[in-house]
Amino acid sequence: MIKLMKFFNKKDILNIIICIIFVIGSVWLELKMPDYMSEITILVQTEGSKMKDILLNGGYMLLCALGSLICTVITGFLAANVSSNFSKKIRKAIFDKVENLGMQEIKSFKTSSLITRTTNDVTQVEMLIGMGLHLLIKAPITAVWAVTKILNKSWQWSAITGIAIIILLSVIAILIKIVVPRFKIIQKLTDKLNGITRENLTGIRVVRAFNAEKYEEKKFAKINDELTETQLYNQKKFAIMSPMMYLVLYGVTLTIYFTGAYLIKDALMIDKLTIFSNMIVFSSYAMQVIMSFLMLAMIFMILPRAQVSANRINEVIDTNINIKSGDFDGETEIKGTVEFKHVSFKYPDADEYVIKDISFKVNQGETIAFIGSTGSGKSTLINLVPRFYDATEGEVLIDGINVKKYKIENLMNKLGYVPQKAVMFNGSVNYNVSYGKSNKNITKENIKNAIDIAQATDFVTKMDKSYNSIIAQSGTNISGGQKQRLAIARAIAKNPEIYIFDDSFSALDYKTDATLRKELKKYTKEATSLIVAQRIGTIMNADKIIVLDKGKCVGKGTHKELLKSCKVYKQIALSQLSKEELENA
Amino acid sequence: MPKNEKRMPGPGGRMAGGEKAKDFKSAITRLMEELNKYKILITISFILAVLGSILSISAPSRLSKLTDEIREGLIINQHNLEIISKKSAQNLNEETLKNVLPKVLSIKLDEKTIGEILTSKNINNEDKLIFKEILESIKKETDQIKKLYLLGKIPASIQKIIIPDTTYENMQITSAEKIELLTSISKNIKNIKLSKNMQKIVFDEILIDGVKISEKDQYEFIKEMSTISKNDKVEDIYAKLDKMPKSIKKVVNPTMNIKKIKQISLFLLCLYICSALFTYIQSIIMSTVSNNFANNLRGRISNKINKLPLKYFDKHLSGDILSRVTNDVDTIAQTMNQSLVSLISSITLFLGTIIMMFHTNWIMALTAIISSLIGFIGMILILKNSQKYFKQRQEELGNLNGHIEEIYSGLNVVKAYNGKEEADKKFDKYNEKVCESNKKSQFLSGLMQPIMMFIGNFGYVAVCIVGAMLTMNDIITFGVIVAFITYVRLFTSPLSQIAQAMTSLQSAAAASERVFEFIDEKEMSKEVEKTHLNKDKVKGEITFENVSFKYDGNEKPTIKNFTAEAHPGEKIAIVGPTGAGKTTMVNLLMKFYEINNGDIKIDGISTKNLTRENIHELFTMVLQDTWLFDGTIKENIIFNRKHVTEEEVKKVCKEVGLDHFIKTLNNGYNTSLSDNDSVSAGQRQLLTIARGMIENSPFLILDEATSNVDTRTEELVQEAMDKLTKGKTSFIIAHRLSTIKNADLILVMNEGNIIEQGTHENLMKKNGFYAKLYNSQFEE
Repeated sequence: MIKLMKFFNKKDILNIIICIIFVIGSVWLELKMPDYMSEITILVQTEGSKMKDILLNGGYMLLCALGSLICTVITGFLAANVSSNFSKKIRKAIFDKVENLGMQEIKSFKTSSLITRTTNDVTQVEMLIGMGLHLLIKAPITAVWAVTKILNKSWQWSAITGIAIIILLSVIAILIKIVVPRFKIIQKLTDKLNGITRENLTGIRVVRAFNAEKYEEKKFAKINDELTETQLYNQKKFAIMSPMMYLVLYGVTLTIYFTGAYLIKDALMIDKLTIFSNMIVFSSYAMQVIMSFLMLAMIFMILPRAQVSANRINEVIDTNINIKSGDFDGETEIKGTVEFKHVSFKYPDADEYVIKDISFKVNQGETIAFIGSTGSGKSTLINLVPRFYDATEGEVLIDGINVKKYKIENLMNKLGYVPQKAVMFNGSVNYNVSYGKSNKNITKENIKNAIDIAQATDFVTKMDKSYNSIIAQSGTNISGGQKQRLAIARAIAKNPEIYIFDDSFSALDYKTDATLRKELKKYTKEATSLIVAQRIGTIMNADKIIVLDKGKCVGKGTHKELLKSCKVYKQIALSQLSKEELENA
Repeated sequence: MPKNEKRMPGPGGRMAGGEKAKDFKSAITRLMEELNKYKILITISFILAVLGSILSISAPSRLSKLTDEIREGLIINQHNLEIISKKSAQNLNEETLKNVLPKVLSIKLDEKTIGEILTSKNINNEDKLIFKEILESIKKETDQIKKLYLLGKIPASIQKIIIPDTTYENMQITSAEKIELLTSISKNIKNIKLSKNMQKIVFDEILIDGVKISEKDQYEFIKEMSTISKNDKVEDIYAKLDKMPKSIKKVVNPTMNIKKIKQISLFLLCLYICSALFTYIQSIIMSTVSNNFANNLRGRISNKINKLPLKYFDKHLSGDILSRVTNDVDTIAQTMNQSLVSLISSITLFLGTIIMMFHTNWIMALTAIISSLIGFIGMILILKNSQKYFKQRQEELGNLNGHIEEIYSGLNVVKAYNGKEEADKKFDKYNEKVCESNKKSQFLSGLMQPIMMFIGNFGYVAVCIVGAMLTMNDIITFGVIVAFITYVRLFTSPLSQIAQAMTSLQSAAAASERVFEFIDEKEMSKEVEKTHLNKDKVKGEITFENVSFKYDGNEKPTIKNFTAEAHPGEKIAIVGPTGAGKTTMVNLLMKFYEINNGDIKIDGISTKNLTRENIHELFTMVLQDTWLFDGTIKENIIFNRKHVTEEEVKKVCKEVGLDHFIKTLNNGYNTSLSDNDSVSAGQRQLLTIARGMIENSPFLILDEATSNVDTRTEELVQEAMDKLTKGKTSFIIAHRLSTIKNADLILVMNEGNIIEQGTHENLMKKNGFYAKLYNSQFEE
């Protein structure tokens, strides 16, 4: 939490200081009020007091109340400003950080976790600052100030108040000790319950096909009962809190009055009235003291939750960015070559290499394909080109220059990357295809052309507003194949030197796949293509095929060569096509 | 499109509370109906709440009495004071001095003594001269007191002679005592000094309230009283009272009725304890009721899921249903637990306080109510205003979170297309907007509490001032002010609680509307089992007869006049482009959807005459979506089936080639899938296949079951499958045509129709749609 405080700038700190001043002001005014109250009490008690005096004191008291209101409003305004700006800055910092993280770090965090860190966790912290700032400043000031006000009035009453506070705080402490761990359990159970429901919903066909309805219901009922039981336990324990609090608060007033009666009885006549008005005032101060202690206790209740969030935020912010931009501006004489020189990659903590000692070179206009079973490292290999990962050993060269030397922006301008899972943004078809700075100066004609090559014209023109149709976030309103085609169109629109297709044709049927590649070849004669694929059909015409097995290159050559020389390749091919077909193709 | 838009489950969603039910009244009525079961408990809890409130209301008047009793301890016994003053003054008045003093003094002023004095050599001439002068004056003076006054001025040397020691009423009174008295009188009559004997002579004992006030005490009292001047403050007078003798203090000082104070305090204590006890019992009852109710609702939702036709899920997002299970049910439970009772007790408190206030004093009551109302109007205005900012904040936050989600999940594309600047720009824009609306909504929500405080203080001051006025005019006692201070507090808090409870009731109504909408959703048609097919005796024949099917809301039918036949032990493949209706065929076969026209028969028996459960028993189905639940590998494979041995699990895993992989995992077959990322998509699919293979059913459906597995593994699985499907009728839907080449029958579908059917060879020879589809994978 404290670590995050560095996000306060001078203005915020100034605001906080002003906040503190106003809080002190409001506390001062609030604590001033009982004094006037005591004045009024005495005035009412003594005969011959003038109404004027009572009105005057009442007026002062009202002014105090109004002043305290104004102070609190100003504090609230400043606190809202501080916390909103604070969360804005933290959010921005995380966002910036995540944008620059390598895939490796993102994988270790998991995207969903990064999202919650940027959204929920920040809101948690913001809430603490928004609410807590006021409480955190006010509670201790009120407590200390009110205590000093009443301390010398009567030790008996002070003792009563002290005992009340101790009782309340210990009840709260015990409750927290009992209840908080169960809150965590409740959260877990709720998640579990959600999980089971989600499971049942997503697997509804399976559940029904297996006649497993009762099984699922039983599973649900078990967690449901467990949840209810824990929650009930907690609520029952918590039910003690509010009556206890009121009992103690009222009890304190009563006890103060009761002891007050004895004090007055035994006092000298001259002191009696003072003790009486003190008694009335003391009971209201005592309330203030107890309340401020309760406020403090509340802060301690919300603090741990915010602390967890703060830690999660810090984890992101403190992550080192491993992939740093070079300064080469990207103007090269040779164009469209990609070369791997003894490239190996492994995750920092892993023992095994994901890919090991890969070397190859492709020239302008050539197509190189990578094939291998799941987990053979194809995707990782291809992701080394746009520096989503950096090679652990060896060099990746584009146009003869190590990718690490390029300015990242310039490197990306050379590449047309189509990921395994097509990414769509909330926006029109046009927006999606012309996405990014690299595609900024693209014409409508270009977009249309790209969509056409990607075999997407058909369905795009069938949409409500054709090219201006809005695609929902993550493309939920179009099918997987359609998404993939638009993602390919995006790459085509960029007109890059090098295309990278990371298993980008998997959701297309054979026919579309084939036509698309044919059209693409016509259009991109100059461009180099790197293709990762599962289907033999997709890659059999590549100029060079690299066969990967467990991260190692086990075959390199054309389709025909590999059929003869590479056992793994032949196995893959035969699993998809018959012997004759392979020979005829 | 989903009927219910997905609600943003963003943080602070509940805080906004802007949600409203479509039909508040009927939603609440429905909720009440559902709660009928808990009628007695809820009624008890309501009664306790009302009782608790009544106790809280009656407490202040008791407290006021207590204060008044204590205040009695401040008031001097004016009556007794007056009696003492009167009596003691009576004793010391002029009459007494005139009549008694001369006798007591018995001054020798006869000629002989005067002569002796004037001739005495022991007295100096100066004294003699003064004496002579005074004598002259005394002779002229008729007033007895003034004579004494003059006597006091006679020089001391002469006084000794003229004032002898005498006896008065058996009391020896010395000359010195007398002189002292005379001197004090001559200086200031008020400061008269009386010796013990003299006091006894001057004063008579007084008896007040059984307390004897001695002559000496009276003398001291008079002496103290005589020092009071008109300019003395109350405090000074009190200070003098404190110096008075004990007997006087005893009768004059304020008396407190300690017994009564003890009584009231004890009563109050009982009141508070009872009130706390009631609240405690009440909240325990309500917790029990609300949690059981929530449990019941959740259970019903969960059961309902399995009773709804699949078509329901086409139209509703799972997130929406999920939020009903958790958020909505939670909202209802929370409202029941907190708001319902607080509403009742607040209303009681509110009405009760008004009644009690008017009962105590109507002027004060009006003061308290009017002063609070002014504040409340202001608060309501702010509340109304702030609502829109809350909504705005939720929206902006939704936008921002959406953007974050979008960018994070598409980060590789953002990077690859240099979209960072754009993303930043958008982020900054949304972030700024969130920040702005945050400021406003936070500020406004923060206003509530201080305004409430101010209302409280304002009421406090108003009550104090008006109360003071009334007290001074003796219309009310001070205790009433104390009572009203509490009344103001009691009066303002239920108003805001009622407002809070109402908003919470609103969202509970909205939530219960959604929950009951789901629970009341039309279920699958009830089935009457006309025939039952025994799993072990089914031959395995399936016929489709002119089957037509249309999804709700679609214009065109997905399946049109579909007719086909599958013989026992055959392998039937369904191929065709996306959207051709392949999966729909499976859905119909499994009776997930009811067909519109035509019939599907198993062994010649119409599926219409079979229960869904019976049909499902006959089929083993493996789907494209790898559906695995949170549990161990073994649990996932066994699923809901009983009597599956570990051996069997291992056997199927070996067959699909998973055994080796599973053995490499830390816990083997007991590895939990939830926290294990090392299980790849392909392996997950293999697990679902293994799950399917454990069941020994006459029919098998594989709907793209191997799409995530690489082709080499697929071949392995295929082999295992073939072994398994021997003798079984199987339906295979596949993307990769290589998978289904050896099928006995290939059904080629396009736009809901079977456009070709036959074996692979037949179809290739035909050179139609299938052949084109097949050859496209080799096209350049």
